[in-house]
Amino acid sequence: MVAIKSLVETTEISIKGLVEVEDLSIAFVRDGCSTKVLQSVYLRVEPGEFVCLLGPSGCGKSTILNAIAGFIKPNHGHIYLDHQHIQKPGADRGFVFQQYSLLPWKTTFENVEFGLKIRGVPKQKRKEIVEEYLNRVGLYKHRHAFPHQLSGGMQQRASIIRSLVGSPSVLLMDEPFAALDAQTRHMMQELLLEIWSELKLTVIFVTHDIEEAVFLGDRVFVMGVNPGRIMEDIRIPLQRPRHLDDIMTSEFTQISRQIFHLIRSETLKILNLE
Amino acid sequence: MSSTPISNTENIESNNIHNPQTAKVAWRYKIPWLKFGLRSLSLLIFFGGWQFLCAIKFNFLFNFVFVPSPMEVLTASIEFLSKNASLHFQASIIRVLAGFGLAAVVGIILGILIGWFDIIEDLIFIPLEILRPIPAVAWIPLAILMLPNSEAGMIFITFIGAFFPILISTIRGVEGADVLLIRVGQCLGAGQWHVFKDIVIPGAMPNIASGLVIGMGNSWFCLVTAEILAGRYGIGYITWESYVTSNYPPIVMGMLAIGLLGAFSTLVLDRALRLLMPWRVMRKKTA
Repeated sequence: MVAIKSLVETTEISIKGLVEVEDLSIAFVRDGCSTKVLQSVYLRVEPGEFVCLLGPSGCGKSTILNAIAGFIKPNHGHIYLDHQHIQKPGADRGFVFQQYSLLPWKTTFENVEFGLKIRGVPKQKRKEIVEEYLNRVGLYKHRHAFPHQLSGGMQQRASIIRSLVGSPSVLLMDEPFAALDAQTRHMMQELLLEIWSELKLTVIFVTHDIEEAVFLGDRVFVMGVNPGRIMEDIRIPLQRPRHLDDIMTSEFTQISRQIFHLIRSETLKILNLE
Repeated sequence: MSSTPISNTENIESNNIHNPQTAKVAWRYKIPWLKFGLRSLSLLIFFGGWQFLCAIKFNFLFNFVFVPSPMEVLTASIEFLSKNASLHFQASIIRVLAGFGLAAVVGIILGILIGWFDIIEDLIFIPLEILRPIPAVAWIPLAILMLPNSEAGMIFITFIGAFFPILISTIRGVEGADVLLIRVGQCLGAGQWHVFKDIVIPGAMPNIASGLVIGMGNSWFCLVTAEILAGRYGIGYITWESYVTSNYPPIVMGMLAIGLLGAFSTLVLDRALRLLMPWRVMRKKTA
């Protein structure tokens, strides 16, 4: 297996990536009306852990992620990354968006290279790192293509490695595979797990798909609505490395069913309200 | 664990996307030269119809009795071209290019500043909005009073024509920067400068380009107005002068010359701007 070299060079990375969310509350004001999106959320994600935030739409799972990224300011509470108070967006937190978000005017190579270029990494070094990552996800051949010439799956692979080349401590992923077809999605999930096990960085992954959360996560935080909060912190005991056919085991089904019932009651809450 | 890269079969799908727009135009290209033939036919109908209406002295709502026919315009053109035509062309082209060039520089710079800094928008946008609807012809007296000579006045009038579309398109382009892409930049460690240079400006380029293309057309549009100020040379001058002396065929010749030059320069500009944005040219081909 061709593990990614940059990881081997910097082993101390594995102790980074502790995310602490303390008493986080966020309210959005619209037309003078304040709506509570999150109420008193506590989270602690250990370095190198893969956690999923799972919940029906409107539970505020993306809002938590946006707050960790520094896109929105909490009304109350604090977020820390490796004991550093988070105030604004930064390169220590990679982000993969649900929408295709490659810069349309840059080629695949230039997109992946962008973060390193900003940081002033010398050209030759940039080329080495970027080409290594492109090879790893099978995009080397398409390095000179513009984003619109790539399929959805290829664009998301490029987005993932773009957020990884700068060696962030934590990778934040906001339903990154939601727009992909089922087959591509499964392949992307496996690829993500492989890369994660090579880089050992913290991943916080938002999804509304129970199967996806159980397949990927060490832990799954199940969220409730009105106001958005974390209801349950479920440890997924499935062995790693995981493979797609694991989803057919009875253990997998059992966990999924447990979560399904938790979420169902929350979804009904939303439906009754409307 | 296998780490074979995911195969790239997915990208095949992008070649097979059904696109109603390409489906609609495809038939035209199946017969060779059909597109060329149709476009030539459009010119034939235009000039033929015009000649016909003049020949029968058409007079219903529109009166063609005094309208020079294409043949008369052609005769006038041949006579004009055999004399010192190049001086007139040169004078007009230089005026338009100077006015347009100034408008491009000032319009893009001001537009970026207004779009990016709220304080600059607050300080100068309202006066500019008040000046914008004023037609070029209304500027003639002030152009004479304010500027040192008539040449500068003429350049100013063509500048006015091009400036506002370029300014407004640039402001819209900068203000319309994609929040998602700005967030992408921030997560990669981009500060204000990199967000501006690598995300906002390239994102605004298509808008700026359409402002430039419209501006180029408008500069020619204002040429006759500008060359009312002219003493001796210019296509617009010929047009206006011929009207004053009731010599009708050169009027239409001047109009057509301005139309042709405007269309040609817009085409050249459009092609050049596309070369600057390879990601957009390719989109058009694949879409």
